Amino acid sequence: MSATAQTLFEKVWRAHEVVPESADTPAVLYIDLHLIHEVTSPQAFAVLRQRGLRIRRPQLTFATMDHSTPTRTEQVFAGAPVAIEAAARQVRELETNCGDFGVELLHLQHAQRGIVHIIGPELGLTQPGRTVVCGDSHTSTHGALGALAFGIGTTEVGHVLATQCLLQRKPRTLAINVNGTLPAGVGAKDLILAIIGRIGVAGGTGRVIEYRGETIRALDMDGRMTVCNMSIEAGARAGMIAPDESTFAYLAGRPRAPRGEAWERAVERWRRLPTDPGAQFDEEVRIDASRLEPMITYGTNPGMVMPIGGAIPERGGDPVFDKSLAYMGFAPGQSIREHPVNVVFIGSCTNGRLSDLRLAASLLRGRKVARGVQMLVVPGSQQVKREAEAEGLHRVFLEAGAEWRESGCSMCLGMNGDLVGEGQYAVSTSNRNFEGRQGVGARTLLASPLTAAACAVRGRVTDPRELM
Amino acid sequence: MEPIRTLRSRTAVLAMSDVDTDQIIPARFLTTTTREGLGKHLFADWRYGADGAPRADFPLNRPQAEGCAILVAGNNFGCGSSREHAPWALTDYGFRAVVSTQIADIFRNNSLKNGLLPVLVDPATHRWLLEHAGAEVSIDLESTTLTLPTGQVARFPLEPFARYCLMNGIDELGFLLGRDRQIAAYEARARIA
Repeated sequence: MSATAQTLFEKVWRAHEVVPESADTPAVLYIDLHLIHEVTSPQAFAVLRQRGLRIRRPQLTFATMDHSTPTRTEQVFAGAPVAIEAAARQVRELETNCGDFGVELLHLQHAQRGIVHIIGPELGLTQPGRTVVCGDSHTSTHGALGALAFGIGTTEVGHVLATQCLLQRKPRTLAINVNGTLPAGVGAKDLILAIIGRIGVAGGTGRVIEYRGETIRALDMDGRMTVCNMSIEAGARAGMIAPDESTFAYLAGRPRAPRGEAWERAVERWRRLPTDPGAQFDEEVRIDASRLEPMITYGTNPGMVMPIGGAIPERGGDPVFDKSLAYMGFAPGQSIREHPVNVVFIGSCTNGRLSDLRLAASLLRGRKVARGVQMLVVPGSQQVKREAEAEGLHRVFLEAGAEWRESGCSMCLGMNGDLVGEGQYAVSTSNRNFEGRQGVGARTLLASPLTAAACAVRGRVTDPRELM
Repeated sequence: MEPIRTLRSRTAVLAMSDVDTDQIIPARFLTTTTREGLGKHLFADWRYGADGAPRADFPLNRPQAEGCAILVAGNNFGCGSSREHAPWALTDYGFRAVVSTQIADIFRNNSLKNGLLPVLVDPATHRWLLEHAGAEVSIDLESTTLTLPTGQVARFPLEPFARYCLMNGIDELGFLLGRDRQIAAYEARARIA
């Protein structure tokens, strides 16, 4: 064991220390890539205006619109009125701010627009070893490429705009080692749900997770992003996966990735990022992937999760647990298999990528969405939409009776009016089953794209392996 | 920002654990472009019924909760999204401190930047506070202690720089802008132009 052996996180952290932390002051950490969107940026631009400040490095900030944008084609491309006028005003304010301060913006009709955490990697903006921040907690997604990426609040968005830096205390490290082959019908979403079930919704607080082991290495980049995306649901600051050949193959040729000699130099640099043998983590957890099953949530936080064939646990006398189950209309000891489903949502920064749509389509092909079930398929970006259409996936969804929309956050948080009705059950590939998240009184069951598609076909909570 | 050195208030108690930012301020209220006025939407879906009337059984709607500046909450308060609208809503409503056994990272960071004190106490103190809604407690930043009306004193952790900023009304942006020379030197080393 070497005294100088470092983890992936430590290497990225140290390379970005403008001023290291001391007992009295946090580190000044340099930010390589700052992503902004319409919802958490307006008040930060207001501070710049009040204080007469400019953006220090406008070329390192990149804007898109996703949270409150419409997903209906006529609203995106033909100017049809949107459901919520305040959302439209917020989008116009982002346009004004980006124009005034010289920030590149992917406007509503732009061919590269999409959910901020889908387009960062897709455009090659997210790269191994970079520090990436955004006023959104699912910024942890970008860690799948070996970046140190975390969500920040609006005040910190202002700090990065004005100084390209943040004041940060160094978090602790948590290694999650996953070994074994994922069984058929069990994917990255089931894996991360099982991890959250194991360590709890606060298990990662104050920590940066590094996902390691042969199961992680075997995941494709889309799957790695699904895993890192939900790090925040375990309370973690960030989730990271060491860059490898899969990462380089994914990034090669992307519009904002380095080219030619610069690419060769970058890959050489990226190869030095993985955790050194013998480096120490503050804590370690081991997961056996070969024993996992398709997972589904039954409560109102992502840690309230079980194998799809399981029974809701009994926690006698825990009023919070009972209140959560009462909201969901479930009881302790109950199995939710075969429970009726009203809505199925495929999309979000968790599961809105091409391989997610392929999984859902593989189960829907030649089948129909059950009568009375609304199924919404919302690609994570306009590029994902084009790629899916080139493969004919949209026809599979449309012929099954699902809706095929333009990209955005949509029903994950319902800011644009794509909502689940009161008391309805939605099987959703998104990341949060919080009370009211998908609509006032909506009941969310988080699951994988395969499971969600199976539930759409049967109109009931269904183990996807029954239809495979 | 106004300097904060001490805070003395009765407590309002929200005993639930894992209260997420979607409960503190639901997403439909995030279309605002200012920081002000979110207090009326704080805990909207728990506080108001479908008809918009306050629910009598929600702790903040009880008469004795009026005017309380300290919120005692269950474990892992503020988990979920990075929306700074959550501390904006809490401070606009009138809270100046949140006391719990664990507070989610991003929410805690956002709170510190808005003069909302995140106070982490030991389980025994926490249990006492949960069982004594309306107790008059005092919080002192100089000694980083919370004092119960019983006279019992609990020390709480607070990052030294955040404490310094809170006590002196200094905002971190001013501090960062003052590091311009070091930032420029880093950019020269990293060839960022």
